[in-house]
Amino acid sequence: MNFPVIRGTAYVLVHAPDILLGHGTTITMERLKNPDSEYLKALPGHLRSFQEAVGYLPNQVYIGNAHPRQLAEHPSPWYQHPVEAKTQGKYGQILGQAEFYGLMKIADSFNLVELSAEFAASIKDRMPAANLSPKHLAQLDKTRDLSEIIDMVGSHQADGLYLNGQLVGCVREAHDTDPNLSAHVVFENLVCKASGVLALVNLLERFQIDPKEIDYIIETSEEAIGDMNQRGGGNLAKAIGEIANCVNASGADIRGFCAGPAHGILNAAALVQAGIFKNVVVLAGGSSAKLGMNSRDHVNKQMPALEDMIGGYAVLISENDGVNPVIRTDIVGKHKIGSGSSPQAVIQAIVADPLERNGLKITDVDIFAPELQNPEITVPAGAGDVPLANYKMIGAMAVKRGELDKSELAQFTSTRGMTGFAPTQGHIPSGVPLLGMIRDELLEGRIKRAMVIGKGSLFLGRMTDLFDGISLILEPNQGLVRETGLDLEEIKEHIRLALAEAIEKAADILARR
Amino acid sequence: MVDKAFFADKKICILGDRDGIPGPAIAECMQTVGGEILFTSTECFV
Amino acid sequence: MDMANQARIKETAEKYGTDKVVVILGGAEAESAGLTAETVIAGDPTYAGPLTNVALGLAVYHIFELKDLIDPQVYDEQISMMEMVLDVEEIINEMNNIRSQYQEG
Repeated sequence: MNFPVIRGTAYVLVHAPDILLGHGTTITMERLKNPDSEYLKALPGHLRSFQEAVGYLPNQVYIGNAHPRQLAEHPSPWYQHPVEAKTQGKYGQILGQAEFYGLMKIADSFNLVELSAEFAASIKDRMPAANLSPKHLAQLDKTRDLSEIIDMVGSHQADGLYLNGQLVGCVREAHDTDPNLSAHVVFENLVCKASGVLALVNLLERFQIDPKEIDYIIETSEEAIGDMNQRGGGNLAKAIGEIANCVNASGADIRGFCAGPAHGILNAAALVQAGIFKNVVVLAGGSSAKLGMNSRDHVNKQMPALEDMIGGYAVLISENDGVNPVIRTDIVGKHKIGSGSSPQAVIQAIVADPLERNGLKITDVDIFAPELQNPEITVPAGAGDVPLANYKMIGAMAVKRGELDKSELAQFTSTRGMTGFAPTQGHIPSGVPLLGMIRDELLEGRIKRAMVIGKGSLFLGRMTDLFDGISLILEPNQGLVRETGLDLEEIKEHIRLALAEAIEKAADILARR
Repeated sequence: MVDKAFFADKKICILGDRDGIPGPAIAECMQTVGGEILFTSTECFV
Repeated sequence: MDMANQARIKETAEKYGTDKVVVILGGAEAESAGLTAETVIAGDPTYAGPLTNVALGLAVYHIFELKDLIDPQVYDEQISMMEMVLDVEEIINEMNNIRSQYQEG
């Protein structure tokens, strides 16, 4: 069996403090209920500068400039101990807000993004050049007078684009009455699209992939793309591929809350292994709604509002090349409808069952990649250290199964687990952030097996009380299995000939006696 | 400490935690204790 | 604590009486469990939700505290693994602290 491989991974971050203030739902909900609250007054004083955000170790880890293991060794709190602020990383980049607004304009196919002439001119030379054509950059020449932008925002026909509180552009509503095409919804969708584009162009550039090679794109964010008659019609995948010039690709969106990316990779692996497509990209941009989600607690605890980064990722799944690490499509975990929702049942279904079915133990996996949210963000908000809790649950399952002694639990989590580092962008932290590092370690022979886990809280949509989850096993490539191409009749013919030869020889020997 | 009899005539509201004990798991347990479960919710903070 | 849940609890207490309603928690952390317990007893200490300045005085327990009342097999299947993951002692202590601080009698 020739398993599909992971040919490349890209990770991007966008620093978005003004978008946080305008679109983070914790902030927008507070503005509706308590517009004079102390929290809203204090929040702007807790926003980080671009330099601070880039020099934040978890963000450097995310784009591949530092190994996740460095986090445990780095003095904490990490936000008080900056590292070298590199905007380019092994797996991607960190983009500033101004350039991101330019990217939103480039990604906009309906003239809904308006930038002031002054602002557009100031960013045109600073755009991430990777895979953006002159035709794309020419979008930045379509500008408007700032006074017109002020009018549109003032009359609520548009949501403003701000830079340090200054209005530099806006995103217009796409319909005057349809709430699904309101300025706010269009804004959210464009943020997701543009950050998805950034991830895709980084993937193509860093792994030197011709956009024409991509056959299919699967998008796994949590946005709904549509209008009032088809609220979640989707296919942001194709929209993103168009901006990145993937002219031979089609695509579709897969939705599964935070487990979306794992479902996306699973389906991409199936398409490639079945020989339907050769190169499938699984990707997603980030969420403006989740920015500043826990910022109330950050403000209360005198911390910066650390959720100021929009995240994105892109992974290329390709046909087996004899080199890149494989996805073991024969060792897949899934949380079934009948699995039950206790933590035990969830871990049993997603982690233990697929291993058991294949004669493996939990301790046969060298690294687990579950949800990887940055604990510096979540612990002050009372949400705990999510990666650590996941590792403890997996370890506890191993203890229950007699594969591990309880006294070894702490060692299990530190040797097979990683400190979290991903922004709390929903689907973004769920398993995928470690794919780059895992791919490297499998290629270098430093590990033999990794499990990527995606878990989703389906109950958030109020359609079911269920959890969901998918796990995938990654291993080093054992080399291509060559198909011999022999068919049954040919084999029978070979046997007939060999038998005939043998009988002749025997007859000869008997005759000579 | 409270005993089973305490719960017999009570109306139970369950606030589960996705990263702790989710609502449905608490509900299964409370069904063996007593009382009427009015609603079960699971909160997700990440 | 979720705003919608605060509203739901308030409504439920108003409908059935504050002495009839019991809240059961599954929080992962002592601090957040304590905060939720405080909210349904003494009111929302963050002044953010519908229970701001509303002291319902409800009975509230974390599921870990009710271990002895639950069918052992059900507890084993649903909860036991989490005893190795969460800090049971810290959670139970916090629940006791909050109750002695805010509950009357």
